[in-house]
Amino acid sequence: MTSQQRRALSRAFGGVTGAAAAVIVLGLVVVLVDAFAGGWGALSWRFFTEGPGEDFTQGGIFPAIYGTAVLTLLMTVAVMPFGVATAIYLHEYARPEERLARWVRAAIHNLAGVPSIVFGLFGLGFFIHTVGRGLDAVSGGGMRWGQPGLLWAALTLAVLTLPVVIVATEEALRAVPQELRLASLALGATRAQTLARVTLPRAAPGILTGAVLAVSRGAGEVAPVLLTGVAFYLPELPGSLSSQFMHLGYHTYVLATQAPDVDAARPMLYGTVLVLLALTFALNLLAVLLRARARRTLRS
Amino acid sequence: MTGPRAKLEAKALSVHYGEVRALRDVSMEIPRHEVLALIGPSGCGKSTFLRAFNRMNELVPGVTSQGQALLDGQPVDHFDVVDLRRRVGMVFQKSNPFPKSVFENVAYGLRIAGENDRRVLAERVEASLKRAALWDEVKDRLGDSALALSGGQQQRVCIARALAVEPEVVLMDEPASALDPISTAKIEELIHELRAHYTIVIVTHNMQQAARVSDRTAFFFMGELVEVGTTEQIFTNPKEQRTEDYVTGKFG
Amino acid sequence: MKRSHTDKTFEQELATLRDRLLAMSARAEAMIAESVLSVAERDPKLAQHVIESDAELNRLEVAVDELCAKVLALRQPAASDLRLITTALKIVTDLERIGDLSVNIAERAQDLIRSEAMPIYGDLPHLAELAQKQLKAALDAFVHADADAALKILGNDELLDSLFVKLFNELIGLMMEDSRNIRRATNLLFVAKHLERIGDHAMNIAEMTVYMVKGTDIRHPRSRELNRHTA
Repeated sequence: MTSQQRRALSRAFGGVTGAAAAVIVLGLVVVLVDAFAGGWGALSWRFFTEGPGEDFTQGGIFPAIYGTAVLTLLMTVAVMPFGVATAIYLHEYARPEERLARWVRAAIHNLAGVPSIVFGLFGLGFFIHTVGRGLDAVSGGGMRWGQPGLLWAALTLAVLTLPVVIVATEEALRAVPQELRLASLALGATRAQTLARVTLPRAAPGILTGAVLAVSRGAGEVAPVLLTGVAFYLPELPGSLSSQFMHLGYHTYVLATQAPDVDAARPMLYGTVLVLLALTFALNLLAVLLRARARRTLRS
Repeated sequence: MTGPRAKLEAKALSVHYGEVRALRDVSMEIPRHEVLALIGPSGCGKSTFLRAFNRMNELVPGVTSQGQALLDGQPVDHFDVVDLRRRVGMVFQKSNPFPKSVFENVAYGLRIAGENDRRVLAERVEASLKRAALWDEVKDRLGDSALALSGGQQQRVCIARALAVEPEVVLMDEPASALDPISTAKIEELIHELRAHYTIVIVTHNMQQAARVSDRTAFFFMGELVEVGTTEQIFTNPKEQRTEDYVTGKFG
Repeated sequence: MKRSHTDKTFEQELATLRDRLLAMSARAEAMIAESVLSVAERDPKLAQHVIESDAELNRLEVAVDELCAKVLALRQPAASDLRLITTALKIVTDLERIGDLSVNIAERAQDLIRSEAMPIYGDLPHLAELAQKQLKAALDAFVHADADAALKILGNDELLDSLFVKLFNELIGLMMEDSRNIRRATNLLFVAKHLERIGDHAMNIAEMTVYMVKGTDIRHPRSRELNRHTA
């Protein structure tokens, strides 16, 4: 092959890969443009602050926004301690050959591949029917915990996003240079002190990124919360951990399939989709910014 | 004379990393306030020997050891490891200051030992930085990140950090190998001054550095202690042929 | 198995150093032999040749000194290499002095040739032979790095000194016998003195050889004792 042919081939390769990237960007643009075109008109102050009106053709989606926010917050509070602690155990304490460590890692890998509807079933079967009903039996308060609610939905999502947090935290811990730990230990610090004063502060930005990624993932999942806590329509906002709630993702499904007049409800649907997309983008952007800031401080 | 004469001692010390033997039956005494240089080709066991005295070898998975390393006549295993590492400080090859301010770096060892009185910390930080010949250069910048200093300054911060807990022994693992000649000279001058207060063991690849800095030199080869003697004797008239060959550049 | 230096340039420099020292030794030995012969055979051409040879010896001394300084600066020699360099620097001085002494003997020869031949020379030939033998042995020991041979030479120093004293007395006797002998006997006395000095330089070379090989300095034992007490 002559060098001219080789150069031509190289340029062709560049062209093909560039085209593939362009297709993806194009797809994203199409979705965005469609959502924008259909939904922009529906956005208004009412849309953000009121509940759905009759037949879902008027009013707003505030309860869904509120429900999603509270759900996500609870999920984060539940998943972060467990996820970070597990990652710390795996990276800082466990020896690679240890059986427990290997089992935990295997469990995390498998967990990451489980379809989200299965998480929903798990949440229903374990949290609601087993733990929830058990709690009710013990407290004697009737059917309060043994049915779908915020708490169980949040915990289910926490289990789903656990691998994300663990992996991100482990990556952050791995990025902390070993010399820093050695320096701390050589000065007479215990492993716990080294963790608290040197390793974790240095890994914090990475761990935070993991949190944001988990939130981003959890906020978008519908199937797990389907069985564990969402409602089609609620007149009131959820008042306690055992209450059901409305949810942006689920509301989209509702508007698209269950509304009495689907065409009339379309503006609301597009508006909801737009809000959901905006939320996802905002979260991902936040994760990117955090990661960039973490890299900058590490480099200094 | 009461008490053991030697500050540090090795008795038939052997160390294995899994199957690989890193140190073979090493016995040696190191008197107090001596500067001892450990020389030898790569992988000869000198760093392993150094780390035996502050039990940093324990951090390597699969490590086993036989024989003893002693501090003041007591096996290092008998000490609480946290206490041992305060008495036996270490400076590493690549300077590794924490991503904190200069002050917090030097105060780190004191804080983890429980000292939080601001005045005490300030005094000790100043004393340590003076002893590390860095005080004048950083006294107005104590709050700045240690990572903003030059390589040679960072290494001296690490030395000050090790000195702040008032150790009795300072172990140095190639402390100047990553530095330019002027910084290296400053660190060597520092070692000269430190010898009055501490016992110093320094691993170095650079024979001329060993010659400039140490009272005695020990030559290691393939995990064995081949010869130890006064630095002058090792470099003008060594007893062992292997030492002679290494020192004149016939291998290594 | 004798290893060689990893740095081949260094190895080459040491080889060059040895070659130059060898050349100097050979020339010094030749100069003594010729100067002594010029006295015995009353040969003015030989004497002149010796005087002219000194320039070459001086040139070699400078070359060796330069090479040693270069090696010290660039190679930081240690142990046996270092001892070789310091020995070379000192031996070169001895060799150069031996050259000068040979020239002095040749000049005495020129003066003797201008006067009538002496009837007897006494033990002078014997002294000359001994001095040359000592020097050859010392230089051989240095070249072969043989400390035992060097130590043996040191034992013979007294023999040379006593022979000189004997010759001294003989020549004084000759001068007292007949005042016409004074000029010639005095020249011969100088020659004897120079030969005795050559013997001393051979001693130095032997001592430095022992230091180079063994690393122990055997010179001036009483001074070293003194140093040890005052250090």
